[in-house]
Amino acid sequence: MAHAKNHDYHIINPSPWPLLAAVGGFAMLFGAVLWMHGVTAFLFWAGLVVVLYVMYGWWSEVVAEARVGDHTPVVRIGLRYGFILFIMSEVMFFFAWFWSFFKHAIYPMQDYFGTEYVAPHIHAVDPFHLPLINTVVLLLSGCAVTWAHHALVHGNDRKGLIQGLAIAIVLGVAFTGLQGYEYFILLTHDGWEFGGDQFYSNFFMATGFHGFHVIIGTLFLLVCLIRAMKGDFTPEQHVGFEAAAWYWHFVDVVWLFLFFAVYIWGTSGLS
Amino acid sequence: MADAAIHGHEHEDQRGFFTRWFMSTNHKDIGILYLIFAAFTGLISVTFTVFMRLELMEPGVQYMCLEGFRLFGGGGECTPNGHLWNVLITYHGVLMMFFVVIPALFGGFGNYFMPLQIGAPDMAFPRMNNLSFWLYVAGTSLGVASMLTPGGNDQLGSGVGWVLYPPLSVKEGGMSMDLAIFAVHVSGASSILGAINMITTFLNMRAPGMTLFKVPLFAWSIFVTSWLILLSLPVLAGAITMLLMDRNFGFTFFDPAGGGDPVLYQHILWFFGHPEVYIVILPGFGLISHVIATFSRKPVFGYLPMVWALIAIGVLGFVVWAHHMYTVGLSLNQQAYFMMATMVIAVPTGVKIFSWIATMWGGSIEFKAPMLFAFGFLVLFTIGGVTGIVLSQAGVDRAYHDTYYVVAHFHYTMSMGAAFCIFAGVYFYFGKMTGRQYPEGLAKLHFWLFFIGVNLTFFPQHFLGRQGMPRRYIDYPEAFAFWNKISSTGALISFASFLLFFGIMFYSLFRGARVTEKNYWNEYADTLEWTLPSPPPEHTFEQLPKREDWDKGHAH
Repeated sequence: MAHAKNHDYHIINPSPWPLLAAVGGFAMLFGAVLWMHGVTAFLFWAGLVVVLYVMYGWWSEVVAEARVGDHTPVVRIGLRYGFILFIMSEVMFFFAWFWSFFKHAIYPMQDYFGTEYVAPHIHAVDPFHLPLINTVVLLLSGCAVTWAHHALVHGNDRKGLIQGLAIAIVLGVAFTGLQGYEYFILLTHDGWEFGGDQFYSNFFMATGFHGFHVIIGTLFLLVCLIRAMKGDFTPEQHVGFEAAAWYWHFVDVVWLFLFFAVYIWGTSGLS
Repeated sequence: MADAAIHGHEHEDQRGFFTRWFMSTNHKDIGILYLIFAAFTGLISVTFTVFMRLELMEPGVQYMCLEGFRLFGGGGECTPNGHLWNVLITYHGVLMMFFVVIPALFGGFGNYFMPLQIGAPDMAFPRMNNLSFWLYVAGTSLGVASMLTPGGNDQLGSGVGWVLYPPLSVKEGGMSMDLAIFAVHVSGASSILGAINMITTFLNMRAPGMTLFKVPLFAWSIFVTSWLILLSLPVLAGAITMLLMDRNFGFTFFDPAGGGDPVLYQHILWFFGHPEVYIVILPGFGLISHVIATFSRKPVFGYLPMVWALIAIGVLGFVVWAHHMYTVGLSLNQQAYFMMATMVIAVPTGVKIFSWIATMWGGSIEFKAPMLFAFGFLVLFTIGGVTGIVLSQAGVDRAYHDTYYVVAHFHYTMSMGAAFCIFAGVYFYFGKMTGRQYPEGLAKLHFWLFFIGVNLTFFPQHFLGRQGMPRRYIDYPEAFAFWNKISSTGALISFASFLLFFGIMFYSLFRGARVTEKNYWNEYADTLEWTLPSPPPEHTFEQLPKREDWDKGHAH
């Protein structure tokens, strides 16, 4: 019994994706530098296409492996560990942006150098108009995902699963649209600038990276919706869906911090 | 005992060369790739230091001239090329930190031996494991590209120091700095993915019955290191993204003209940077424990305190970052806190040092090459640790900040601490990984050359620092000439030892004596990798190991 195995772990065959991903990533980032220095944008887009292609190919393969039963219970536990750890690293990424925000909110530079050198900027936006609506939209979207999860786990209600996911995605898209609209108003009507001041820097990078994560999360949910409509996911096995839902809740929580810190505290003149 | 471990050794490896090395999903092959690539990146990085020490051998500038680089000195006017100097110190630091030591210890040994020690058939995410490796290669490529593209002072490369402090890093012209930032981003992504993989493997794939506190110390050290990587590297990614925005899009995170604060960068950088130095050294701690136990023929002393010391060092590493910044204008309270917190780290580190000594105490010590390196590590790391306590004093640091004393300190911990661990690991495991043994005599020669070389290089730098010689300068006054000459001589000796090391590696790979035993040391090398043939077959532990294979009782 030379090749028998007595474990349930997933031993994977050699794969071209990692090498291709690194080549694409290198081209994309080298291309981004060329683009930023006005040489050419071509290499960036070419690299991005390769990266996106790898994501599609690689994760399709993972889904296919799940369908043929490679994802035994112990492998599913591992996948969950992996995704939770990934979210933790994302949290630490936002930690840096919040650090910068709180530093400037609590210890603004004019306190040390006086207004002669550093002009204090007060940029007001009413947090209880559009930002509050956005908060509600995103939280409702999170509720819809939880509804879909509940429908799947208790009684395998496919209709509820698909409806919940669809509503979550629509609300996610609405959030992105409203956020884009807010940026547009701030930049074109309220005289805000993209950069040039630490408050703008913190505001646009923190909310911008959050917005980017919302888009990723929306796409993740969209993939789950398509898979759900194709009949994937069972009450016992739905790691992909679970990961998407966790990711979506993580995006929610980051937004709550942004809402209370950057919007309510940061723009109300409290700081 | 054996049949649990080995299956498939009669099975021919049917993978082609490209499939095996470029599309690998095998933790052992990926570990070897990491080690080889790190060795060559290390060679580049070490070559820089030889040029730098050559330049510092005599006062005045002899080699790095604006008129052109001169390898052997020679005639003609020489206008000092400070940019070239700055570029060399920058890339020496960046390459060593991100592209040599972490990939060798964490990527190389971690990948190869952590799954073996816990009896796992492979990593939890074997494909992602290979992504980590190739991203590391992509990052190194970006780093090297950064050195060869237009940067500051209308020359090639960036001369801003490995910490990339603004405002210099924001003002440095050209593409070079942006490429360096992306290089660090990519290497960070590689390490984070690696950390996710390691943690999941450690938590989810231990052999049946192997509870957390029965896991061998090296696997533990990789686990703790993974947490440090997972929680600190994303913060660095944020900081250098801010740099990127400041440089290219008119943001002012670090520019006081727009209300920004350059010191903020230092805080965020060192919030990553201090855990980073433990990321560098912790896997080495793990390796050293096994080496010392094996060659003292005693189980490691105080297994449980050793594990908790690793955890404590990891946790404390996150709350001491500003001791790198005593002179930036921190309040006295802040300085007092960071001083106290820093000194606390000496406690768990002391637990480890004394446990290693206690392991050797009364043991039957055999000075094979790995043990020599472990012994060297113990002595030199302790010296580096003690100067670390000196530097932790905010008041004393007023005098030592940015002097050669600091250079000596961190080279004693990293250049000697981490590098001695790597060499100890390489000699310890060479036979296991390749099936051939290194020549003992030459390896001992390597050790003594290296030991003498690095001590000659770095010990005098303490004196230079105390005399007030600042770091990062291309030139110095006559008064510093004596110890600089000694230091440069030492650097040449250690470079010779490094070349000898490469010679030993090539010799052993092709001519080394065949290893026939599974455990070619002794019964105190009692972790699971020693139950496997040397080299292990393509797939290991297809039949999971049984408890009696690893639970030796006397070990803990």
